[in-house]
Amino acid sequence: MIRFILSRGLRAVVTIFLVVTFAFIVLRLSGDPAMQILSVDAPPEAIAAFRNEWGLNQPIWQQFLDYLLNVLHGNFGDSMREGRPAMDIVLEHVGATLMITLPALALKIVIGIPAGIYAALHRNSLADRMTMMISVAGFTVPSFVLALVLVLIFSVHLGWLPSTGNATWKHAILPIVTLGTAGAAILARFTRSAMLEVLGQSYIRAASAKGLIWRQVVTGHALPNAAIPTVTIVGFMIGSLIAGAVVVESVFSWPGIGYLLISAVANRDLAIVQSILLLIALCMVCANLVVDLLYGWIDPRVRLRSAH
Amino acid sequence: MEPLVSIRNLTVDFDLGRRVSRALRGVDLTIGRGEAVGLVGESGCGKSITWLGILGLLGGRAKVHGEAWLDGRNLVGAPVSELERVRGKRIALIFQDPSSSLNPVHRIGRQLTEALKLHRGLSGAEAKAEALRLLDRVGIPAARQRMNDYPHQLSGGMNQRVMIAMALAGEPDLLVADEPTTALDATIQAQILDLLREIREDSNMAMVLISHDLGVVAENTDRVAVMYAGRIVEQAPNNLLFERPRHPYTRGLLNALPDLEGPREPLTAIPGSVPEPWNHPAGCAFAPRCDHAHGACHSEIPSLARRDGHHLSACLRTEEMLGHMLDDVSDREPARSYA
Ligand SMILES: Nc1ncnc2c1ncn2[C@@H]1O[C@H](COP(=O)(O)OP(=O)(O)O)[C@@H](O)[C@H]1O
Ligand SMILES: [Mg+2]
Repeated sequence: MIRFILSRGLRAVVTIFLVVTFAFIVLRLSGDPAMQILSVDAPPEAIAAFRNEWGLNQPIWQQFLDYLLNVLHGNFGDSMREGRPAMDIVLEHVGATLMITLPALALKIVIGIPAGIYAALHRNSLADRMTMMISVAGFTVPSFVLALVLVLIFSVHLGWLPSTGNATWKHAILPIVTLGTAGAAILARFTRSAMLEVLGQSYIRAASAKGLIWRQVVTGHALPNAAIPTVTIVGFMIGSLIAGAVVVESVFSWPGIGYLLISAVANRDLAIVQSILLLIALCMVCANLVVDLLYGWIDPRVRLRSAH
Repeated sequence: MEPLVSIRNLTVDFDLGRRVSRALRGVDLTIGRGEAVGLVGESGCGKSITWLGILGLLGGRAKVHGEAWLDGRNLVGAPVSELERVRGKRIALIFQDPSSSLNPVHRIGRQLTEALKLHRGLSGAEAKAEALRLLDRVGIPAARQRMNDYPHQLSGGMNQRVMIAMALAGEPDLLVADEPTTALDATIQAQILDLLREIREDSNMAMVLISHDLGVVAENTDRVAVMYAGRIVEQAPNNLLFERPRHPYTRGLLNALPDLEGPREPLTAIPGSVPEPWNHPAGCAFAPRCDHAHGACHSEIPSLARRDGHHLSACLRTEEMLGHMLDDVSDREPARSYA
């Protein structure tokens, strides 16, 4: 078990390192922040001074080493625009993002999983076909299209809900519904196929042959087994709690991480972009780690294999 | 012998969307209390679905018709709640692939006590003690440790013993063992068959031993029914069936068996293959593969008729061929090697 955790931990560190390196290099190569922040027609002396101040005139490997050393000391750099610690700015936006992604996650789980289970248990019924039709629509329609449709109906037409900003709790409803719908659709489909796969196994027939009533077969022998693959996708959703709302936040001008990321990229505010990417990578990696552990907990085959 | 289960004209149709496929075409079979009956035939002839159909385990696409009497009640068409009380308790099933018949995420002990709670109302320490006793009974060493194991930690043979223990939990009147040893290697196969015989000797439980191998049923049953393409084509007490097989199909199966004592001869498998359910011949289903088929065989369906005593055969030409066939078989004297 210890070895299992250590090896996964090491893998997580390597993943984060790669993300950070990749982000750093791509950002440095894709444009000069000095031009963006000071505007193109700033005097050359001002640009030179700016570049000197932010270390942009040093060789890229030197910049990268400095950056890594700073990160190891918990210093993630300052925002070029606001002149204060980038991570502080990023963390200030996390709350807003979680305010929509957490309820959306709850929505996905509460709707998606039962819908998938129901559809699988009533395979080929009208309810199953309807669920799958809605589900296909739910994840083929891009989220910005869904967002616009919802805005058109509930803000423009009916005038029930505001469409942009975050002034009241009502502002959160449309972003939450947009995020939740697509996720619930994916989860419903995934749960359904996991359930169908399990229901086709010999041990399900054997459990019925033993004399268990169908409800006991489903709760005791189908759901626990179908939970194994479903945990993976839920884990992935948890991992994207911070990164998963970029599009929706932009559409609804919701001041979360995604919104900050878009503007930071546009402004070439390197430290902010890097801090966000680091945070996202951290979330993904942690969620993956938790999924791996959970997997071992639910599936004895995995647990016992990794014990050796 | 007092009948336990009487099957009359059992049919099973699968609704495949575009067409309906008739997989079972009128099976008649009676199992007496405490009797051991072999059900033999090539793969796909309907051995498994006979029993799955009666117990309502084939799913919604299967339509089962006919009769299957148990204690004066017809199980075909009976409400699910009634079938649930029969499954495991009156008629228990064990399957071909024991390792996939057990749920991989639950411990052996839990799966066993689940059956004990269901059929005998046992729980807690009582259920655990009885589970240990059953594991012991089916010859699982270190039963206490095995209770905490998962199926994948046990060998196929051990898992089949667990399945048998689980079947015994309901103290059934009939155990249907559906190719219980097909997935196991030869020594383990013999051990499992010995175990089943032993259990029957001290419990008076009836058994249907399903196999595609006549050799397996020869030593472990009192009577054999041979199935072909959804019907029983011959049925007789073991000694009669092996010494004087009537149906050309049975003879074909016997010829395909290795002769354990005589000189090694090449096996003569029956040429051709079983007709698909949707491509069923008009007359005798075996006629296209039969050396003796002629005229009426291709248009008339032979019924399973009693020729003498307990020997039933569904062949139009039985009488004509009797002498010829008996001569043939006595040349090889296969009976001695199986009996
Ligand atoms: N779920 C099913 N759907 C359609 N056909 C089936 C199904 N189960 C069994 N069959 C058909 O029924 C026939 C008999 O099957 P089975 O009883 O399993 O044969 P066996 O004698 O090998 O046990 C086969 O031809 C098979 O194709
Ligand atoms: Mg079978």
